[in-house]
Amino acid sequence: MIRAFSYNEFLFLLSAVQWTLALSAIAFVGGATVGLFIALARTSDIKAVRLAATGYIQLFQGTPLLMQLFLVFFGATVMGLDLNPWAAAALGLTLNASAFLGEIWRGCIQAVPRGQWEAASALGLRYPGLMRYVILPQAVKVAVPPTVGFLVQLIKSTSLAAIIGFTELTRAGQIVNNATFQPFLVFGIVAVLYFLMCWPLSLLSARLERRYALATR
Amino acid sequence: MPVNYTFDFKAVIDSWDYLLQGAWLTVQLSIGAMILGLIVAILCALGKTSGPKPIRWIINAYIEVVRNTPFLVQIFLIFFGLPTMGVRLSPDLAALIAMVVNVGAYATEIIRAGIESIQKGQIEAGLALGLKPLQVFRYIVIKPALRTVYPALTSQFILLMLSSSVVSAISADELTSVANNIQSQTFRSFEIYIVVTGIYLALAMMFSALFAGIYKLAFAYDTDRR
Repeated sequence: MIRAFSYNEFLFLLSAVQWTLALSAIAFVGGATVGLFIALARTSDIKAVRLAATGYIQLFQGTPLLMQLFLVFFGATVMGLDLNPWAAAALGLTLNASAFLGEIWRGCIQAVPRGQWEAASALGLRYPGLMRYVILPQAVKVAVPPTVGFLVQLIKSTSLAAIIGFTELTRAGQIVNNATFQPFLVFGIVAVLYFLMCWPLSLLSARLERRYALATR
Repeated sequence: MPVNYTFDFKAVIDSWDYLLQGAWLTVQLSIGAMILGLIVAILCALGKTSGPKPIRWIINAYIEVVRNTPFLVQIFLIFFGLPTMGVRLSPDLAALIAMVVNVGAYATEIIRAGIESIQKGQIEAGLALGLKPLQVFRYIVIKPALRTVYPALTSQFILLMLSSSVVSAISADELTSVANNIQSQTFRSFEIYIVVTGIYLALAMMFSALFAGIYKLAFAYDTDRR
């Protein structure tokens, strides 16, 4: 039975946006928390820690996100846990985001001039204080534009949760399309909704980048 | 909760030739999309840097739309959407088109940055030496531009290869689809996806080595000004 695409279908798509946003928010907060430690480990003075962080980043950047989601989803079963698609997607995206943010922030930490490190340690600051009061506040400024840019990538990535069966925007689009058979209209609307979420962030990221480039010239 | 799962890779080993076929299609799709995407990107970058205003506007719209919507939705639009306009596509062809459209937009921005890094004086010098415009474009603009952006461009290509796993959603017969098929017949999901993830990692390293080789062949010339 083919249904017509009506206002109700549109509302269904619109309400799925909240799940895309929720998944993005969780993955971003989780990814940022873990990613900070990855970035610190990646810039550590201890070689083993640095190598471990490099391996972690390369593993996540060198394999498809879809495989990572599958491995979390099916791996949980192997471990005797029963993860629903929502939890699996949130965990998988968190791990993935942490690797990408870790690598982005590594660059930002290393962009702080070497003299700042030397001056801070000459003043007697140890690692925690040195990071907390001298390096990270300066690194954050550099980090904002690429982090906002990454947010766009993250929102788009949440669409893969549809493949493991979590009903966010893309999955909602599939469901509506299966009922109405109007792929252009349905996925067109889905694309527009993603665009409305991502485009402002892209513009913001580009604007921040320009402002930062002016400030450091 | 006790971990009493026994790994069984027999299902994976039994279907290694099928996996290999899938990996081969992933490689073919990726290389095809890289070459076609590069052509699209060079044309669009040219249009964006020196085309008339309407063309520039259309290219900008293309780039923004592709970069701000998920690849998966782009695939669905092409695979399910085009047939309603009377264009029937096989999953493999739809996958290739989606990959070209996607990577073309990202690569356009990268190559545009490369072209903009070429100084005007270089082009004028080339024309003054009597080179034809096409020769100027080939030797003075595009080759040094590609050389400048080579690292960014090739990492974009590797990202493309990895994201090609998403085309399994329309069951093109590439590596991830093959894995899904084996999985649904044997239920050895974890083992299969571990092996397939390893294959993707190996492919990523292979492409990275290939790109390093191409760089040495095509771009490793001395540019020091003396």
